[in-house]
Amino acid sequence: MKLNKASLFALISVLELASDAERQLSTTDIAKKYCISTHHLAKVMRNLVHEGVIQAIRGVGGGYRFAGNINRTTLLDIIQLFETMESELDLPHWGEDGNPIVAELQSVTNEIDNLTKAVLDTITLATALKNSRLREELLTNRKQPEAG
Amino acid sequence: MSEKIFIRNAKPSDLDAVVGLDEVGQREVKQAYWQGIFDHYVKSGRADRICLVAEKGNAVVGFIVGEVRAWEFGSPPCGWVFALSVAHAVREMGIGQRMFDEICSRLKQSGINTVRTMVDLDNKLTLSFFRSVGMCTGRYIELERQID
Ligand SMILES: CC(C)(COP(=O)(O)OP(=O)(O)OC[C@H]1O[C@@H](n2cnc3c(N)ncnc32)[C@H](O)[C@@H]1OP(=O)(O)O)[C@@H](O)C(=O)NCCC(=O)NCCS
Repeated sequence: MKLNKASLFALISVLELASDAERQLSTTDIAKKYCISTHHLAKVMRNLVHEGVIQAIRGVGGGYRFAGNINRTTLLDIIQLFETMESELDLPHWGEDGNPIVAELQSVTNEIDNLTKAVLDTITLATALKNSRLREELLTNRKQPEAG
Repeated sequence: MSEKIFIRNAKPSDLDAVVGLDEVGQREVKQAYWQGIFDHYVKSGRADRICLVAEKGNAVVGFIVGEVRAWEFGSPPCGWVFALSVAHAVREMGIGQRMFDEICSRLKQSGINTVRTMVDLDNKLTLSFFRSVGMCTGRYIELERQID
């Protein structure tokens, strides 16, 4: 699976903002933190505002704030704003007529798509953030003995 | 108003409440199924067969069942959770999580450090729950075919 850049940037931004729903961050803040293109990210942020996932705050110190439901929004919900996660066999003339080899390949890609969906559509933002925090704690705990 | 929730071992007298909480299958079939489960898990008194219920006031509002299984599918001993349900009226109050934590701690006392489960691909709610308590796709893949 290769996520397109827009989906990846959207996931990063939404998770970053959802990790503290009170906090406002600008496109530049996020782009700097993750070393990604501000220009590309700006387009993604506009799209996320349009979809109601984040909110643009105007004025001094303005930026973006998370506006969704952290316990109900899944990773797939965000990705699907930018791409369908369905594999496509690029064979326009063979799709419909029951060619058995194409049908078999279609069945394999369906199997993969179902598994992909079962993963991405059951990890909520809250779960992803909880797991990220656990990773952070693990990292901190590993570093501590060295410091001591 | 909010009564305390207790997680405890199921007793034979909890049978009807557990059957009532199980939303899968028809009541007559379920009654026989659960009678078998109670004989095996509740009455056996073995530490590696676990059937817990959540109690609120005098009512049973949730159950979880699991056990230690060894060397099936070539796997070293591990814990399996194979049934879980919480009454609709008290969902999203942390009861599922408490029952899961308790069964994990019982499994750990039996010397187990991996817990597994299997969930229907379309059961987004239960998959999201297990994700949120830290489970992810494991090393074993379930395969199946129709026998014609
Ligand atoms: C899955 C189930 C056991 C969860 O029980 P619960 O007591 O409501 O769960 P909890 O309150 O402990 O929730 C724990 C986590 O699960 C997740 N979760 C629970 N309900 C959710 C929902 N409706 N949508 C998304 N995530 C949910 C959340 O991440 C939650 O963490 P949070 O409270 O920090 O948000 C319950 O919904 C249920 O009985 N479902 C039917 C189970 C079933 O299909 N059984 C048959 C197969 S065995």
